[in-house]
Amino acid sequence: MTIDSVKAFLKEYDGEDMRIMEVCGSHTAAIASCGIRDMLSDRIHLISGPGCPVCVTPSSYIDKLIELSLKPGYCVVTFGDIMRVPGSRESLLDARSRGAEVVMVYSPLDCIDIAEKSPEKIFVFAAVGFETTAPVYAQLIDRVIKAGIENIHILTAIKTMPAVIGRIMENGAPIDGFLAPGHVSVITGYDAFSDIARVYAIPFVVAGFTGERLLVALFDLVKNRGRGLVKNDYPSVVTREGNLKAKELTDKYFKPCGAVWRGLGKIKGSGLILREEYSHLDEGSVFLDEDIKLNKACICDRVLTGSKNPAECPLFGRGCTPSSPQGACMVSREGSCFTHFVNDIRGK
Amino acid sequence: MEEQISMLHGSGGSATSKLIETVFAEAFGDTYVNDMDDAAVLRGNERIAVTTDSFVVTPVFYPGGDIGRLCVCGSVNDLLSRGAVPKYLTVAFVIEEGARISELKKAASSIALTVREAGVKIACGDTKVIEGSGGFMINTTGIGFVEKDTDISARGARPKDHIIVSGSLGDHHACILSQRLEVSNSITSDNAPLTEMAAKLKKLKVHSIRDITRGGLATVLYELAASSGKRFIINEADLPVSEEVRGFCGIMGLDPLYMGNEGKLVCIVDEADSEEALCAIRESKYGEAARDIGVVEEADEGELFVITSIGGRRRLYPLADEGLPRIC
Repeated sequence: MTIDSVKAFLKEYDGEDMRIMEVCGSHTAAIASCGIRDMLSDRIHLISGPGCPVCVTPSSYIDKLIELSLKPGYCVVTFGDIMRVPGSRESLLDARSRGAEVVMVYSPLDCIDIAEKSPEKIFVFAAVGFETTAPVYAQLIDRVIKAGIENIHILTAIKTMPAVIGRIMENGAPIDGFLAPGHVSVITGYDAFSDIARVYAIPFVVAGFTGERLLVALFDLVKNRGRGLVKNDYPSVVTREGNLKAKELTDKYFKPCGAVWRGLGKIKGSGLILREEYSHLDEGSVFLDEDIKLNKACICDRVLTGSKNPAECPLFGRGCTPSSPQGACMVSREGSCFTHFVNDIRGK
Repeated sequence: MEEQISMLHGSGGSATSKLIETVFAEAFGDTYVNDMDDAAVLRGNERIAVTTDSFVVTPVFYPGGDIGRLCVCGSVNDLLSRGAVPKYLTVAFVIEEGARISELKKAASSIALTVREAGVKIACGDTKVIEGSGGFMINTTGIGFVEKDTDISARGARPKDHIIVSGSLGDHHACILSQRLEVSNSITSDNAPLTEMAAKLKKLKVHSIRDITRGGLATVLYELAASSGKRFIINEADLPVSEEVRGFCGIMGLDPLYMGNEGKLVCIVDEADSEEALCAIRESKYGEAARDIGVVEEADEGELFVITSIGGRRRLYPLADEGLPRIC
């Protein structure tokens, strides 16, 4: 099968409607930047699921970060994306403009240097992410414990993928196949999706991030419609078992917990939290289970589960834009509303 | 102890005079045409182009340039985008207490070097001292002459015109960001005055010229498409981006289409003259990597598309966020 025949197949497909969900923010971004929607038949629909860790972080978590950043002697350390996520009243960026202590970094481990320079302050790392980033947080905790660093704490909102996909299918979402997350699968292994694939008789294809890899994965999904299988189209980095060393390190410091997803509520076994023996490093993550909707008209929950597309939201592009996001999906550049907005994918 | 600026340097008295003489007059030399009068009187022209810009960059000195070179290039290149011949520049420094005299001297001589290269004179200048932490900012106003029959503007694009970009995208932005984030690489800023390049385009049917600054090529082209009400289509495969900038953008989750330059222009050229224009730019200093990247089509309203490397079509919009790094 050549790439040209894959392209021709996807453009000319006239079988049953095929609704494919991607649950990885980087896939959402790559699909948009490669212009892939334009290369598909009208019968193939791409839906962006809850694949952006920033988007699914509940408002109570942001509120807690803001509270900590304003507390004397405290400083919040975070990735850039989190800065703009709306809490129930404001974002960290807003709080910073009125004096909150917030530092932006590119790696959690940068936190160690920063904390060393100001031993009088407590630095709280905003540990947000999926299975992909969890090992790096485990590495940070490992270093903190081994070096006896006393002024680094974390506030966690770490989510795990299989449980949320299970919830989406349980709720009867009209999905015919999943582009399984490439980065998450590197850690978890593709076997993590086998049970759901079997139970709901839908195909999962683990995909890479280039345009061609995505097209091939979409082709495989359409070809396997109705079959409960997992196919690995990203074998150069994804294996059946995943990265055992990373999983082991994560396991050492974190345990599964119920987690609140913005717009979706609490899902059993869909998050990670520090184990009891390390809970003195936690700034209270366990109590954060409230999620306040910023704007009543926002349909982020339905966008995240694939029952609505961003353009169907009454706020989309009117009041909710990347510069003034009303819902979480408009915040991160990997959020489905943001991606739809900047790439003008109105009807699709 | 290194000599630093104090509030006294802003008093208007002898300390101010000394600052002007030893730092600015010394560096500017014969590029300065005013005789310490309150206002400069200049020879004029029937049509004058004026532009102003303030430069606040961190760090002040970076690989490939500094705030001095930047503040000249910024205003000179803005004049060129209206087809003007740049003639004069005003230079105003706002200096924070604690600024090092050595750094001011370095920036001033960089200004002098760059105005010579750009072929303009400094008509007047100003210094102000404010409280702060040792930084400084510069405002420049550029004045240029526009020939009678020149009609280059943002709304000039016509169907079948070609879109030509003068070189690799994102260099300045990637350089500054690398410095701020302490990422070590060899990316240097492209800040440069494009006077020579623009002069070579004079005789050709060029309908629009823009220098590509903040917001990057996509933002600039979107504005030109919107002003002219035409559809612009560019090819991703033809976009010039250096390997290093591409790699840096990949790691940071940034798109070179939205990364700014300070020494690149994009021009919209009549189909008949497009090959000649491409050659003229390639023969100019700073234009060797120029590429013809797309065409203009008739449309109901302005829109911009990029044909992606795998053959998809993606609609582009102006820069929508502040370019914060993504999380994964």
